[in-house]
Amino acid sequence: MARFKKENTKELPEINTGSMSDIIFMFLFFFMVITNMRETNVKVKFEAPYATEVQKLEKKSLVETIYIGAPLNKNENTIPPGKISVQLNDQTIKQEDLETQVQDFIARAKESRSEEDKNRLTFSLKVDQNVEMRYVNVIKTELRKNNALKINYATRKKTTN
Amino acid sequence: MARKAPGINTGSMADISFLLLTFFLLTSSINTEQGIPRRLPPHATEEKIEQINERNVLNVVVNFKNEISVNSQIVFINQLKDKAKDFIENPYNDPNLSAKETKSIDFIGDYPVSQGVISLKNDQSTSYDVYIQVQNELEKAVNELRDKVSLQFFGKKYELLDTASQSAVKKAVPMQISEAKPMDWSNTGGE
Repeated sequence: MARFKKENTKELPEINTGSMSDIIFMFLFFFMVITNMRETNVKVKFEAPYATEVQKLEKKSLVETIYIGAPLNKNENTIPPGKISVQLNDQTIKQEDLETQVQDFIARAKESRSEEDKNRLTFSLKVDQNVEMRYVNVIKTELRKNNALKINYATRKKTTN
Repeated sequence: MARKAPGINTGSMADISFLLLTFFLLTSSINTEQGIPRRLPPHATEEKIEQINERNVLNVVVNFKNEISVNSQIVFINQLKDKAKDFIENPYNDPNLSAKETKSIDFIGDYPVSQGVISLKNDQSTSYDVYIQVQNELEKAVNELRDKVSLQFFGKKYELLDTASQSAVKKAVPMQISEAKPMDWSNTGGE
């Protein structure tokens, strides 16, 4: 009995590390929830141009994205003359369907929003920096025709001046 | 004594979950969507040609070679901001730069508001990168002018103002960019 007591006072009690993993798991879940998984896989090469005067888009649920860039896969639909793909939702679109597809895209985007959100709906143009303006102009004209006027040119923030 | 099962060492569990955590931290990006916001003009007004006094228009053209010209004078990208600022602010009331109209604005009072419109025209072959840089410079010009006005009247930078004061400053320094129909160098036969 006396020997027992002696040993106990000399050795430090072990720290219970069992709950540590719970804490880490909680961290993990937290990060998994706040980071957004990309719901569409991007089929075009997209490198945003740099800019200094960037603003953040506040409401992510009110943003619809249009990608324009060189196709990553040879089989994607492209638009002549520069073989550039325009991607809406999950698919690249054909030249001849462009007008109707964009129209559909905007109509669907507006339909799924409430009346007051319709006016706040922003179309984010994610255009590769090497793309010529003609493709952007085509999309802009279509947006204007369909009365979707709030747009955003996606850019990266330039950190050094 | 032999019945009691030995405790499983859970110390390494934390290591494993740490590994998972770092993996997720590295692979996922909290990508905040950011960019330059713009408002497109409604489609119907395209045909309507507004008669604006020539002095109130700053013609910014980006051609197929990605050269930038302001009122048919070629400039570098780093000169554009000052040109635009001069044009909008017109500090010495130069008759060739934009005219001003005194308007009464809440919080600010009577303020000479510039009537200048920046007309931006690009070629179909202009690269998007240069186009964004031009937009960025114009945005920067307006932002700097807004900062100036806001410091003068509210003693704070524009960003730090509340929404009511921000809209007052916005009225004092409006952002007027009109985009002309793009030209097409390749269709006109080129050089």
